[in-house]
Amino acid sequence: MADALIWSVVTPLAGALLTLLLPRPATAVVMATGLATTVAAGSLLYGVGTQGAMLYEIGGWTAGLGIALRADALSALLLTMTALVVLAASVYSSVYLSKTSERTRFWPLWLLLWTALNALLLSADLFNLYVTLELMGLSAVALAALAGKPAAVQAALRYLLVGLLGSMLFLAGVTLIYAGYGTLDMASLARTVEAGPVAWTALALMTAGLLLKTALFPLHFWLPPAHASAPAPVSAVLSALVVKAAFYLVLRLWLDVFAELVTTTAADLLGVLGAGAVLWGSWCALRAERLKLLAAYSTVAQLGYLFLFLPVLQALPPGPARDLAMGGLVILALTHGFAKAGLFLAIGVVQQRAGHDTIRELDGTAQRLPATTFAIALAGVALIGLPPSGAFLGKWQLLAGSVATGQWLWLVVTAIGSLLAAAYIFRVLGHAFGHRAYPNRPVTIAREEWPALLLTATAAVVLGLAGAPVWKLLEGGA
Amino acid sequence: MLTAQWLYGLTGCLIVALGLRAALLHTSLLQRVVAVNVMGAGVFLMLIAVAYRGPEALPDPVPHALVLTGIVVAVSATALALALARRLTAEQNDG
Repeated sequence: MADALIWSVVTPLAGALLTLLLPRPATAVVMATGLATTVAAGSLLYGVGTQGAMLYEIGGWTAGLGIALRADALSALLLTMTALVVLAASVYSSVYLSKTSERTRFWPLWLLLWTALNALLLSADLFNLYVTLELMGLSAVALAALAGKPAAVQAALRYLLVGLLGSMLFLAGVTLIYAGYGTLDMASLARTVEAGPVAWTALALMTAGLLLKTALFPLHFWLPPAHASAPAPVSAVLSALVVKAAFYLVLRLWLDVFAELVTTTAADLLGVLGAGAVLWGSWCALRAERLKLLAAYSTVAQLGYLFLFLPVLQALPPGPARDLAMGGLVILALTHGFAKAGLFLAIGVVQQRAGHDTIRELDGTAQRLPATTFAIALAGVALIGLPPSGAFLGKWQLLAGSVATGQWLWLVVTAIGSLLAAAYIFRVLGHAFGHRAYPNRPVTIAREEWPALLLTATAAVVLGLAGAPVWKLLEGGA
Repeated sequence: MLTAQWLYGLTGCLIVALGLRAALLHTSLLQRVVAVNVMGAGVFLMLIAVAYRGPEALPDPVPHALVLTGIVVAVSATALALALARRLTAEQNDG
């Protein structure tokens, strides 16, 4: 079963090389790779569920010298979400990229990004995290620049510089850790680390680097242009997975490795930044003129909610209440991943059919593209946090935790953020339905509309109704 | 007590700080790429200082391996940045 760890990384990497060497049957290779990687991720999730956290030492070298891969409930869940989202986006891309010249450049980078995401989620030591962060950043930047328009290249360049700055800060922190503790393995570091200037500075440097990469307010300035000007499937993966991978590392460091160092003040600071992200991101999404920009700003806001959990988790003592809040955090992250990926794919359909994504001129989209409009509405259900979406469960736990620990501010922020989310979603739907009468036509669903529909339905219905295993897995497998 | 190791380590910190300052303050693209590279050089210097284990002992090989990997990553990232910058200037000159 532990082999699933290495297969999750090797399969997409092999696929990336194959599509580079054999560009003609690339689409078939991608689908085969995608299915195989999804099977690996699924069996990993099953393995973590039945026998707890798993470790794989590459080449049999033990930690300290060799490279180890480790999976627990959190990484296995995110890995499975990554697999499903990338698989759906791959099916969409095979239609979206009509020209072969685009495909030959797209697929290798696409699978390389998947490799980096999986390797990042499974890495057990800090230096490998740095390498996978860079791999992820470089392939994401190259994909974001593929659209080729000057605006896209400019946004990609800014994205690259911000990413580089972030990883250099992270590497500086890693250096300090090695100087202070002589190990890079996260499990042994968690046992030996103690509060002091070295560990403090290292955590501050690494967190600063990661906050840049996860675009937490006010470090979010690079995200909207980069995500809004990339090709639709790329935006989907950037918004749903890439920023979340950096957030996963923040969680890993703050809750696992350096858990004893984290003070209430530090967690509160991240909470305040998260609150700023929720309010500012939602406000900008409401004022956005283009659909893609709206979705990008909504990502800034949704990441803010995830950071609101940190002060709540910090204030809750270990026990059932904390486990509930932790499950809420994970399910909110999963829901946002599925919903935002689906939303960007749906916007891609609208943009290709209508030739633009200006919100004011969406009139009649609901009649022309009923399935896609439905997907946008389902994504909206998940972004607002209405039942039965997974986000409803997540926000509920956030509110319950804030009330239990007396942190009323987060409750107010969540309420305002959800209202603003409802406003920006209904603004889009209002324009999509329009006032003019259109002749009734039968509902047809084109092949490229399915992925968005399935992803958003997962976020808005499946995760909410069948979300209980997430809590069970986190309790048993962590 | 200022040993050679501390001298190199602190110089590395100083170079990181200078690179960070330049990366944040400069607006020109090329200057920022260079600034990030300067910052990387500082981090690598810190790593090399960490590897030192006294005049008699052999240095710790792990940080050396990390520096090598870091240099490879920094070179490829710089190459990508320069390629994107060239594309951008070419398109701005055309249009």
